[in-house]
Amino acid sequence: MALTKQEIAKRIAQELKHNTYVNLGIGIPTLVANYIPKGIDVEFQSENGVLGMGPFPFEGEEDPDLINAGKQTITTLDGAVLFDSATSFAMIRGQHVQLTVLGAMEVSENGDIANWKIPGKMVKGMGGAMDLVASADNIIVAMMHTNRQGESKILKRCTLPITGVNCVKKIVTNLAVLEVTQNGFKLLERAPGVSIEEIKTATEADLIIDHKIPEMNFN
Amino acid sequence: MINKVVKNIEEALSGVESNMTFMVGGFGLSGIPENAIAALSKKDIFGLTCISNNAGVDDFGLGLLLKRKQIKKMISSYVGENAEFERQMLSGELEVDLIPQGSLAERCRAGGAGVPAFFTPAGYGTEVEEGKEVREYNGKPHILESALTADFAFVKAWKGDTAGNLIFKGTARNFNPLMAMAGKVTVAEVEELVEAGELDPNQIHTPGIFVQRILQGEKYEKRIEKRTVRTKE
Repeated sequence: MALTKQEIAKRIAQELKHNTYVNLGIGIPTLVANYIPKGIDVEFQSENGVLGMGPFPFEGEEDPDLINAGKQTITTLDGAVLFDSATSFAMIRGQHVQLTVLGAMEVSENGDIANWKIPGKMVKGMGGAMDLVASADNIIVAMMHTNRQGESKILKRCTLPITGVNCVKKIVTNLAVLEVTQNGFKLLERAPGVSIEEIKTATEADLIIDHKIPEMNFN
Repeated sequence: MINKVVKNIEEALSGVESNMTFMVGGFGLSGIPENAIAALSKKDIFGLTCISNNAGVDDFGLGLLLKRKQIKKMISSYVGENAEFERQMLSGELEVDLIPQGSLAERCRAGGAGVPAFFTPAGYGTEVEEGKEVREYNGKPHILESALTADFAFVKAWKGDTAGNLIFKGTARNFNPLMAMAGKVTVAEVEELVEAGELDPNQIHTPGIFVQRILQGEKYEKRIEKRTVRTKE
């Protein structure tokens, strides 16, 4: 069975390292905060100017002066701090934020990512994505393996205008976990019950498969 | 003490003209100078260049100026959430310069800090790089981005004093302190204006030297763009 968006987030949460600062993008990445493994302490940064972001507020406790980069109302945890946008991107550009998780429309086998523009159709802007992918040490992409038309989003080369070059380290999709290596995409794990053949069929790029590919473990 | 207080929004806006460049603080609808925007949207000034992270929504924030076609060019990082904006952009009525958010923030900061340009890795290898100098530092390519300044910067703070010192609240701070630095004339509107001496100098975010005019906003709607809540178990 292919993973749900929640399960993609749950699998990515296994990548969180103890005592690190993490920036979560809009969409599936936001859900990662719901599945932090026991014993792992992380602080979430949102590029509009908060570190130590907590869960969404209870109804009636929303504060218009407290939002995340997706413009959703949030809360802060003990130890949180608020700052201006230049300080926020100093944390990002200066590589003080250790992990970035973000969504993508396309990823290519050399680690390029496209997620900000579809010429003639959708031009919302890059927001903080270009700064994030240009600087983060570790970048994990959370996305569906194929687009709404059923076409592979994992490509030899990106077809859309790119957001950053040579930056993605790992991809978790509804079908698989892939690592971006110097030689291209390496298949690391399969979604439970999904065969290697199914993953190959859904992937335009070549896959390096050099051992028995285990199923993702959610226990 | 240099007194920066103006008596109303009309006086705060004196000198604004068509074809000027404005910086407008805020992220989404959080921390936007609501009173200045409302007053500007009633003035007959057109051909404006607006530097603002976002472009408001259809009926609020900078959306009000877009609706009256007062803006000729937007310099922003993210402009979703506004259908009229998208229409004007795709039809070519509105010129749009999209800039990575961190570069936008730093360009404003640089403009206010007297740094004419800087190198950043953001945007290398993308459309953003086009026409810009590329240089390698520490084995990594960077692109040259120039500073931004504006004829007027409109910012919004939580509290301010008569000397123009500002304190922001929550994530409503965002671009406001940076734009305050980069405006030739910076107009700060605050929720609560107090006498100089009432704010603790240790707690001030934006020093009054960056602010030319200050006033208490008449009213604040503080609209929430994406109200998101969890339910009590």
